[in-house]
Amino acid sequence: MATAYKIPTEPEQVEQDNGTPILAVENLHKSFGNQKVLDGVSLKISRGETLAVLGRSGTGKSVLLRIIIGLEKPDSGSVRIHGQDIAGLALDQLGEIRKKMGFLFQQAALYDSLTVAENVAFPLKHHRGEMSESEKADRVKQLLAEVGMEGDLNKMPSDISGGMQKRVGLARALALEPEILLLDEPTAGLDPISSAEIDQLVLTLQREHRMASIVVTHDLHSARTIADRLALLNDGRVVAEGTFEDLEKSDIAFVQEFLKQA
Amino acid sequence: MSAPPSGQRSLPAFSAAGLIKALINDPLEWFGNLTIFFWQVLRAAVTSPFEGRELVRQLDEVGSKSLPLVAMAGTAIGAVLSMEARFSLVQFGAKALLPATVVWSIIQEMGPIITSLVVCGRVGAGIGAELASMKVTEQIDAIEASAINPYRLLAATRILACILMLPLLTVVADGCGVFAGWLAQTLVEPISFRRFIDAGFNGATLNLFLPPTFKTAVFGLIVGLIASFQGMRTRGGAGGVGRAATNSVVLSSLFVILADVVLVKFILVFFP
Repeated sequence: MATAYKIPTEPEQVEQDNGTPILAVENLHKSFGNQKVLDGVSLKISRGETLAVLGRSGTGKSVLLRIIIGLEKPDSGSVRIHGQDIAGLALDQLGEIRKKMGFLFQQAALYDSLTVAENVAFPLKHHRGEMSESEKADRVKQLLAEVGMEGDLNKMPSDISGGMQKRVGLARALALEPEILLLDEPTAGLDPISSAEIDQLVLTLQREHRMASIVVTHDLHSARTIADRLALLNDGRVVAEGTFEDLEKSDIAFVQEFLKQA
Repeated sequence: MSAPPSGQRSLPAFSAAGLIKALINDPLEWFGNLTIFFWQVLRAAVTSPFEGRELVRQLDEVGSKSLPLVAMAGTAIGAVLSMEARFSLVQFGAKALLPATVVWSIIQEMGPIITSLVVCGRVGAGIGAELASMKVTEQIDAIEASAINPYRLLAATRILACILMLPLLTVVADGCGVFAGWLAQTLVEPISFRRFIDAGFNGATLNLFLPPTFKTAVFGLIVGLIASFQGMRTRGGAGGVGRAATNSVVLSSLFVILADVVLVKFILVFFP
């Protein structure tokens, strides 16, 4: 089995002032029936950093994100947010952690009975009771303006394209000003121009909001554009981690094959 | 990435193991999962924050929008009952008992059961399909990822709406049925509505009306619970949505009828 190639990472690159990364995934294992999907995955990420998780289709990238947000339970291992292990938390306790995270689903997962504005307002209505209705409306307009959808407030999700749905999904994910942003294949199914627009949008939002972000993608070009570090999964394990230049220097056959084909 | 199929092997339909699985293992597993689901909904329903706005929306969806259908069903049943009962009672020389026969039959049984089965079809299919569609498009996951309890927002509100609305809808069905029964009678042999009602309710107590009407709250629990469960546990895309809607109607109708047998006995014993 090839050993993981990892650059010697300076401690301050992955740790905050108090020595604890904002998100730490440690030795995660997950199987569905007889199929092993994650086989000892460990990752860390700090505030303001973007980590891209790459790999072939079906290697558990999306499952990793779902475990981090708590939609799946790992068979073993831990997920620590600010040092707290979230794996064993009950639904309502997990809610407090989830308010600090934003999640963009692969198909955006917009609520199809609500308008674009209502979708973005949904988390605010449930968690920002202290805001007045006009404050919420202003916040919704601000978020949609950030993603270039300010003119489509009253449209239904079925009336807008896939790329536009992703933008609205991104605005919704940012509604509660999360510390951690999780993006599941943000450019999947989009044409190259729309993909580039989404990449630039994520980059701009990342600079403005200084969140820790994990982007799951099989699009190497997108990963190079938006990520500070890349982690390559194969057979449920991280086989390489570092910058794109570091991965290019790897002597692991799978890494070279992936970079060549991407 | 979608979750791969579970590790369970499918068994040949007509093997002994397959029959045991189909007749014993699968139903027990279904009941077990339903119980777990009910417990999760109950815990969510009794803890804050309460989803008042969504509950009001569901009360409208279940109650107001079922009203025309329930009224029509009650009217039809009342008319049919009156015509059929008249035919039988005349043969036995008991025509005078027609108003009581119609009123007592509708209020004690026909009104509640017909209303519940109509709601099983309309509301059960609607809840099952809506929640199943949300499940397969990850909308329920998005709700959960937004730190909102989907059992509280989606399931508890719908179940509570069914529990509250079914007795009210039953009253409407009863009223329409009694009126239609009078109308069918008076077209053949004129009788004033006042006389029909006096004869129909002669000797009646609150026990005639209250227990059968409130048993529909139990039916509402069955419809809402099974439809929500089928919807929120859906897998398999469009086919799964269809199965969820169908199973919601079939299973809730079946359990409403079975529950009626138990509840009728209960009412006869405790509210004679």
